Amino acid sequence: MPYIVDIRNVTVSYRENVALHNVSLSVEEGELVAIAGPNGAGKTTLLTVINGLGKLLSGVVKVFGIEVNQRNINQLRKAIGYVPQKLNIDPRMPITVREVVMIGRYGKIGLLRKANDNDKKVVDDVIDSVGIRHLLHRPIGHLSGGELQKVHMARALAQEPKILLLDEPTANLDLSAQKSILELIEKIHWQKQLTTFVVMHELTHLPQNCGRMILMKNAKIVFQGETQKALSENILSEVYDCPVKLLKTDNGVIVRALTNA
Amino acid sequence: MLEILHYKFMQYAILASILGGVSCSIIGVFVVTMEIPFLGVTMAHAAFAGGIFGLLLGINPLISAFMLCLLSSLLIGPIADKAEFNPDTSIGIIFSIMMGVAFLGLAMIPGPKTEALSLIWGSILTISKIDIILMTIVCSITILLVVLFFKEIQAVIFHREVAASVGIPERWIYYGLLFLSGAIVTTNLNTVGGLLIFSLLINPAAAAYQLTYNLRTMFILSGCFGVLSCFLGLFFSYIFNVPSGAVIIITSSVIFALTLLLSPKRKVKKVGQINESNG
Repeated sequence: MPYIVDIRNVTVSYRENVALHNVSLSVEEGELVAIAGPNGAGKTTLLTVINGLGKLLSGVVKVFGIEVNQRNINQLRKAIGYVPQKLNIDPRMPITVREVVMIGRYGKIGLLRKANDNDKKVVDDVIDSVGIRHLLHRPIGHLSGGELQKVHMARALAQEPKILLLDEPTANLDLSAQKSILELIEKIHWQKQLTTFVVMHELTHLPQNCGRMILMKNAKIVFQGETQKALSENILSEVYDCPVKLLKTDNGVIVRALTNA
Repeated sequence: MLEILHYKFMQYAILASILGGVSCSIIGVFVVTMEIPFLGVTMAHAAFAGGIFGLLLGINPLISAFMLCLLSSLLIGPIADKAEFNPDTSIGIIFSIMMGVAFLGLAMIPGPKTEALSLIWGSILTISKIDIILMTIVCSITILLVVLFFKEIQAVIFHREVAASVGIPERWIYYGLLFLSGAIVTTNLNTVGGLLIFSLLINPAAAAYQLTYNLRTMFILSGCFGVLSCFLGLFFSYIFNVPSGAVIIITSSVIFALTLLLSPKRKVKKVGQINESNG
């Protein structure tokens, strides 16, 4: 079976900093992949090479079996939903929540064309599925962090993507919003049969049914395999360069960094 | 009073005020929402530098101003993207280059520099039929492009990275808008002048920004404020016999001040309303 995402020996560099160094990764359709690691490990860059926002210094990225290049990237992106890390939005931005969700359709609609009834239906469906109908006419700059995150997920889902890239979707959210976003990720992943990549800063927030985990450090993948195997005190202590304690509960694991002393 | 409207120069001035007001204030929406206010002043300096070199080389200053302005607009986007600068830094670099080139050219012009300086101040009362034709073309193209590519422009204004990630040719749209800004500034040099055009780009759009959360409405309001600024400015300039460019800018600033006072975006809920909404 061909891989839906196939990354081969990819190196990415931003000025003098190497963000990814000779990284390879193959992912099959339908997988829910969590990516974790310390700050600056290259997690976001790994996501962005999949949708072509990250520029390769060397190596090859294939998505849907097609090699990503500048000529075909806009076409490929139409089937790749992307929710970047927290975006700074001007509170007075003259765009409503519904319009932001509709932006997700714009690539598929194409230039010089208007949204048709099907586009509007798709947007209405994702608005209901994400549960943001009550926010529809609010200006985008007037939302809380959790609400904004849901709107961005709705916008990415409006693309009707086959691949969903989520960059720290629970960052800076309160406990209730974190829970709500995590449940939403799992729901849409299974319901829409997506291949989902989710960068998680806090391992305690890993989606419950996340089958595969990638741990990164110093621009390299240092572990990839089953999540259960990745959640080991030894592996995590080595990745994060500090002693880590795992507390297993019925609802998952709680990961705590211990002081070196 | 109305007999002044029979004069050709006044008819041209009114037409120019409508065309200039609409085109500057429409592109101003992009400038204000993308937070690149110095784009206008940079384009104005590029046009000024181009105009001066046109005078030096004996070619039509409007054509040379147009060329340098468009060249600058083509450089700003790629410089910012390639060097990973904030666009304002890239605009600042082009601005300083154009200012240097303009002053160099100014020093090289022998004798009185009246013609060159008129590019800075402009005069809506002395524009020609050719200017009107050019302004009509640029204004029509601006409106047409905004209507045809509204959804792409909306996505780019919202967030460039998000626009790119959904498969929109975001760079073409962004660079195209910068290019259009250059064309608009150049064609409006003769109305309010190279320096004052900065205000006509910013004030009507900033005024519209105070009043609405809808981008379409913002474009329409901005266009109306632009025309109103030029029209009233022209009227007061005639009544009080003062330079038209300066009065146009003062009028646009007064409109901005009024919208700031009346802005629903500045309203804060009163305690009673908060208690009511909390049940």
